[in-house]
Amino acid sequence: MGSEESELDCNETIERLYHYLDGELTDERRSEIREHLDECAPCLGAFDFESDLRRVIANRCKDHVPESLRQRVHDAITEEERRQASGQSN
Amino acid sequence: MVQRMADRGRFTELTMPHMQALYTAALRMTRNPADAEDLVQETFLKAYRAFDRYEDGTNIRAWLYKILTNTFINSYRAAKRRPEKADVEDVEDLYLYHRIGDLQASGAGRSAEDEVFDHFTDDEVKNAIESLPEAFRIAVLLADVEGFSYKEIAEITEVPIGTVMSRIHRGRKALQKALLDFAVARGLVGSTEAGH
Repeated sequence: MGSEESELDCNETIERLYHYLDGELTDERRSEIREHLDECAPCLGAFDFESDLRRVIANRCKDHVPESLRQRVHDAITEEERRQASGQSN
Repeated sequence: MVQRMADRGRFTELTMPHMQALYTAALRMTRNPADAEDLVQETFLKAYRAFDRYEDGTNIRAWLYKILTNTFINSYRAAKRRPEKADVEDVEDLYLYHRIGDLQASGAGRSAEDEVFDHFTDDEVKNAIESLPEAFRIAVLLADVEGFSYKEIAEITEVPIGTVMSRIHRGRKALQKALLDFAVARGLVGSTEAGH
C-alpha cells in the first residue's frame, strides 16, 4: 500500500471526535480518524485530553450505597413477594 | 410458590449488582440524597413487579435505567416544583482543552492535564454534572458516566437519536464550562487564561 495522506483535515476530525470517542462511527470513518490522529500531534493532543476527561468524569461519580438503602430495597421486595404470594393485586 | 421464589433469586442475582450505579445516577438526577433513595427503592420495586416481562439475556442494565429514568421524569423532576432554565449556553468544541490543555506542567513526567484533573474533587465533578439542566444532565450521565450508546440512550429516554446526540454534545460543552468555572474559582487556572 502506498503512502496515503489522511482523507480528513483537522476541522473534520475535531467535528467527529466525540462520535469517535463514543464508538459511534462506521469502521471506515474510524480508520480515517485514526490515520489523521497518527499524523497530527495537535489533534492527537485534543483526543487524549477528551479521552482522559471522560475517564475522570466516570471515575469520580461513584457514591457509596448506604446500607440502610440496601435494607429498604430488600424489605420492599420481600413485602411485594408476600403480597404476590398471597394473591393480592399490585 | 416455588417458581416465585426462584424468580426472586434470579431477580436479585441480575439486578443487585447495578444498585450502586443506579444510586449514583439517582443522586445526579434528583440532586437530593433522600429523593435518590426513594427513587432507587421505587425503581427496584417496579423492576421486580415487571420482572416477568424482562426477556432473559437482553440488556438488563438498559432495562433498569429505563425504569429509573421514567420514574424520575414522572415523579421527581424539578419542573414540578420550580421552573429551571431549559437550555445551555453554547460554547465552542474543546472548550476546556483550549483553556488548560497547554498549561506548563510543573511535575516531571506528568502532563498539565493530569494535574488539573487531579485537583478536581469528586464533589466538583458531581456538582458540575448536577448544574446541567435536566435533559442535558440525563443525556451526559447516560453517555459519559454509564457508557450507554446513543441508541440505548434514545430507547431509555424515549427521545429521537438526533435529539440524544445534540443533548450529549451540548451538555458536554456545558459540563466543561462548569468544570472550568470551578478551576478558576480555586485558582487552578488564571481567569485571563480562561478567557473571561
